[in-house]
Amino acid sequence: MNKKLAVAFAGAVALSLSVGMTAMADDTIRVGMVTDVGGVNDASFNQSSWEGLQRAMEDLGIEAKYLESSTDADYATNIETFVDEDYDLIICVGFMLADATREAAEENPEQRFAIIDDSSCADLENVTCLMFEQSQASYLVGYVAGLTTESNTVGFALGMATEIMNQFGYGYCAGVLDANPDATILQRNINNFGDAATGKSMTNEMITNGADVVFHAAGGSGLGTIEACKEAGVWAIGVDSDQSVIAPETVLTSAMKRVDNASYDVAKACLEGTLEGGIVTYDLASAGVDIAPTTDNLPEDVLEAVEQVKEQIIAGDVVVPKTKEEFEASYGDVYELD
Amino acid sequence: MNSFITNLGLLINATMIATPPLLYAALGSCFSERSGVVNIGIEGMMTIGAFTGAVVAYYTGNGWFAFFCGGLAGALFGLIHAVACISFQADQTISGTAINFLAPGIAVFMCKALFDNSSDSPAVDTAAKIPKLFSGIFPVGSFWNNALNNYAAAYLVFVVAAIVWFVFFKTRFGMRLRACGEHPRACETLGIDVFKVRYICVILSGFLAGLGGAYVTLATVSQFRPSIIVGQGFIAIAAVIFGKFNPQGATLACLLFGVCTGLKTLASSSNVVSPNLISMIPYVVTILALILFVGHARVPAANGKPFYKAQ
Repeated sequence: MNKKLAVAFAGAVALSLSVGMTAMADDTIRVGMVTDVGGVNDASFNQSSWEGLQRAMEDLGIEAKYLESSTDADYATNIETFVDEDYDLIICVGFMLADATREAAEENPEQRFAIIDDSSCADLENVTCLMFEQSQASYLVGYVAGLTTESNTVGFALGMATEIMNQFGYGYCAGVLDANPDATILQRNINNFGDAATGKSMTNEMITNGADVVFHAAGGSGLGTIEACKEAGVWAIGVDSDQSVIAPETVLTSAMKRVDNASYDVAKACLEGTLEGGIVTYDLASAGVDIAPTTDNLPEDVLEAVEQVKEQIIAGDVVVPKTKEEFEASYGDVYELD
Repeated sequence: MNSFITNLGLLINATMIATPPLLYAALGSCFSERSGVVNIGIEGMMTIGAFTGAVVAYYTGNGWFAFFCGGLAGALFGLIHAVACISFQADQTISGTAINFLAPGIAVFMCKALFDNSSDSPAVDTAAKIPKLFSGIFPVGSFWNNALNNYAAAYLVFVVAAIVWFVFFKTRFGMRLRACGEHPRACETLGIDVFKVRYICVILSGFLAGLGGAYVTLATVSQFRPSIIVGQGFIAIAAVIFGKFNPQGATLACLLFGVCTGLKTLASSSNVVSPNLISMIPYVVTILALILFVGHARVPAANGKPFYKAQ
């Protein structure tokens, strides 16, 4: 029921948007966005990609509209709606839409698609796959953690040990150790993205064992991590979006995926007629990942050090590990959760 | 020895985080079930309580008042359930299911309406949350800090549990509510207003479930989001059945779930055991305890059956 209400609400908003824009000139394009079940206000990548499109509407004068999916079954229907309405580009948000995107792209070879966080459709000419180097963002916040810790002990709370999620861990551990080779990294697998209570007690455990900076890559469980840090007066590091709003005094920085930049770029490329299929990887160099824009809690010297490391990564002098092999070749078997 | 004491502190800490929301809701469930009304809407009542608690605390800055309002919001949905099931003799499972859809839907809708179309409410200041007892007295990470520095409402729930036990077994109202769940017709013959007793019990169950939800957004974390109550209400109902429909049994069952969260935390700290095995701990322990110690739970005889007043 909540999802249905949300869809009805979103539908009303989307309808009013589209009604307001029917009078636009012919030389513009229309972009449709299909969310996954998180909905357009998930404070994560759905919201972020819609913000990118809103920016594109202002800057480039494109027309954009979103459809929210309340269940997995809605993906195909929502994509079909945009196909029927002859949209120029359809952006599918999240790897959960991969199958529906592939099906629609194969059926409509003239229709342009883009998908976020998935590379399985890269063989289709009409699909652009937008991937993010989360290991680089994690490396940066790890570097910050390594420089900030006074107890030489930092923490990491993981939502689930999958291949993609472990990239957060490899990047983070590498960053911490490069900044502070003596640091101990406590690592806990909450094994759940929606259990704030367990996230909180596991973080309390790390704090008890000396951690004074804790990074979470654990979705909703991470709220518990941030709360535990707030209560104990130690630093927390957020993920995906700028989580400083949750606890301004506690959140040191966040490992951000700039999904908004990706959706903006892909809309722009479509408008200019330069959009191509295949994989586009967003990394530090293309401003696709970064630390959060809020830097109130970061001292000057840490900020400067992070800027330097950014340049080194962009120049290729520092290579951030993404896989178990790459990580263990440089740092040994430090990461325990894979 | 030192590490044993540290771990004991952590175990108590995790138990005091995980138990209270379950126990508030479970005590509520006891009222409803023992009076003869099945209430599987506990989950939805917790969600509306969680939302109301977070929003009221955000606007008023008063944690205790917000906590109470969370209870009232739950009570409102308890009233809806009571009207449907008691006055109109509706199917209690269907009404409860409807509440589990309706309450989270309203919570998310209201949240979007209030906060610029966002389904997450803004974070509440620490000062606007329920206060912690013993805050800042012991150093962070010490045994006493982990064991004692908990939210006041976490201690309160055990007081409430004792009161509920007293009401159930030492007062006339408690005897009547238990009788209404066993043989409402006999109660009516004796001049007890079955409708009134059940109304009070179902509204109370909503109130307590609402407190449980508000505890999550005012103590465990400090904001509402749609996924904040996922399954706690159903675990609370399971705890009531596990505890043989008695407040004292439900209390022990909720404590068991809480201790298991603590065991999960301690077991995962070494990263040796697979996290998937660790996640099974609460459920395996529950099944073992059920088989070995608890035995048959007797459901109140009139539970789930609509009552029609004699003409």
